[in-house]
Amino acid sequence: MVIVGELINASRKVIGPVIEAQDAEAIKKVALDEHEAGADYIDVNAGIFVGKEGDYLEWLVKTVQSAVDGPCCIDSPDPKAIEKALAVHKGVAMINSISLENARYEALLPLVAGTDLKIVALCMSDEGMPQTAEARVKIADKLIEGLTRKNVPLENIYVDPLVQPVSTDGRFGSEFLDAIQLIMTRFQGVHTMCGLSNISFGLPGRKYLNTVFATMAISRGLDGLIIDPLDRNMMAGLIAAETLAGRDDYCMRYLKAYRANKFVF
Amino acid sequence: MIKDIYDAVIEMEQERVESLVKEEIAAGGDVSKILNEGLIAAMDEVGRLFAEGEFFVPEMLQAAHAMKAGLDVLKPHLAKGDSGNKGTIVIGTVKGDLHDIGKNLVAMMLEGAGFQVIDLGVDVDADKFLAAAAEKQADIICMSALLTTTMPGMEALIKTVREQGLSYKTMVGGAPVTPAYARKIGADGYGEDAPGAVETARGLLSA
Repeated sequence: MVIVGELINASRKVIGPVIEAQDAEAIKKVALDEHEAGADYIDVNAGIFVGKEGDYLEWLVKTVQSAVDGPCCIDSPDPKAIEKALAVHKGVAMINSISLENARYEALLPLVAGTDLKIVALCMSDEGMPQTAEARVKIADKLIEGLTRKNVPLENIYVDPLVQPVSTDGRFGSEFLDAIQLIMTRFQGVHTMCGLSNISFGLPGRKYLNTVFATMAISRGLDGLIIDPLDRNMMAGLIAAETLAGRDDYCMRYLKAYRANKFVF
Repeated sequence: MIKDIYDAVIEMEQERVESLVKEEIAAGGDVSKILNEGLIAAMDEVGRLFAEGEFFVPEMLQAAHAMKAGLDVLKPHLAKGDSGNKGTIVIGTVKGDLHDIGKNLVAMMLEGAGFQVIDLGVDVDADKFLAAAAEKQADIICMSALLTTTMPGMEALIKTVREQGLSYKTMVGGAPVTPAYARKIGADGYGEDAPGAVETARGLLSA
């Protein structure tokens, strides 16, 4: 399971001002907390700062990696901003994300072609948001085909089938889950990745829904998540789900987590 | 009884709303009262319940469906006199942006408030907004953006409306859109959420 820590996102009310004030200590603290809680990648997003996104991403990467010995997930649709961040990044970064929307696809593809970068491939095209599992798989197929043709290895691709709120259409949850299973079976070796908060939009008790949905997706093969790693209930749920889904040899990770008191709330 | 229609909408009972509206019309009830004091007033209460965190999105949706079913029964009768139209609104998600969930909720609640809503869908460019607004003689153009990269599309359209001296009011909304941003780009109104958009639209048309 690959965990991307989502907290360093400029659109969060606590983070935007911190980035603007270039408060390195505050960013380092969040990054370190996420890393210690089990994040494999630290997401950095400066999307609200139109015109300054590249400079801020560069600063965020430097700041995060001065505190944490691990890679970042560079969260931007803008190739120029991503390039700035990559120039100072140590190790192998993840890019979030390419999609099948023509402008975004053409802009991002040259950036990852032939590299060893990890790339999130979002199932969205100019035709709109896919509603069904089949529509998602169709977009995933084209993205995987296009990326691998440009020498991006399958195992570096993280398909995001696009989570939509179950409050506005009761089928959105199951279509997403079916898509996970179809993608993981049809394209052996590829990964899947998603954020969760969309699933619970418009409903109360969102954290609970998000956690249960994550465990359901894991049972269908999901192996990457963009989440708040400081959410202990979520992290415990993920560990238990992987064990129950048969992805934890001899239940070792579960037992280790148990002994580290990860299941005491 | 109009109160029963009102209650049935809030209780999200589509079939009951339909049959109660039919009964009320057959009994010679005042159609504009059925609309305003029954259906629309009920949706206002639904909006209030939503804003207070008592109702959630699926309940708002279901109530709106019930209201719309009642409205469909009522429409042929309304056409004769008072059309019931509170104003015409052209709505869409701006160019380059495919997010439609919030926009759909806003469109639905505006319809529930008695506005004629022309939903242009997603990825709508300025020309399409303006052409539809001209054709439908719209009162308000309502724009949604969910990406910081597509938000400038709203500003461009508002600028065009101003420069060409067009009479449309403009409204904006979407997760990254703030009231401060709406003011900065010169929008006439901002919708925090679906009921908020209804309130704003009413304010703009009563001004």
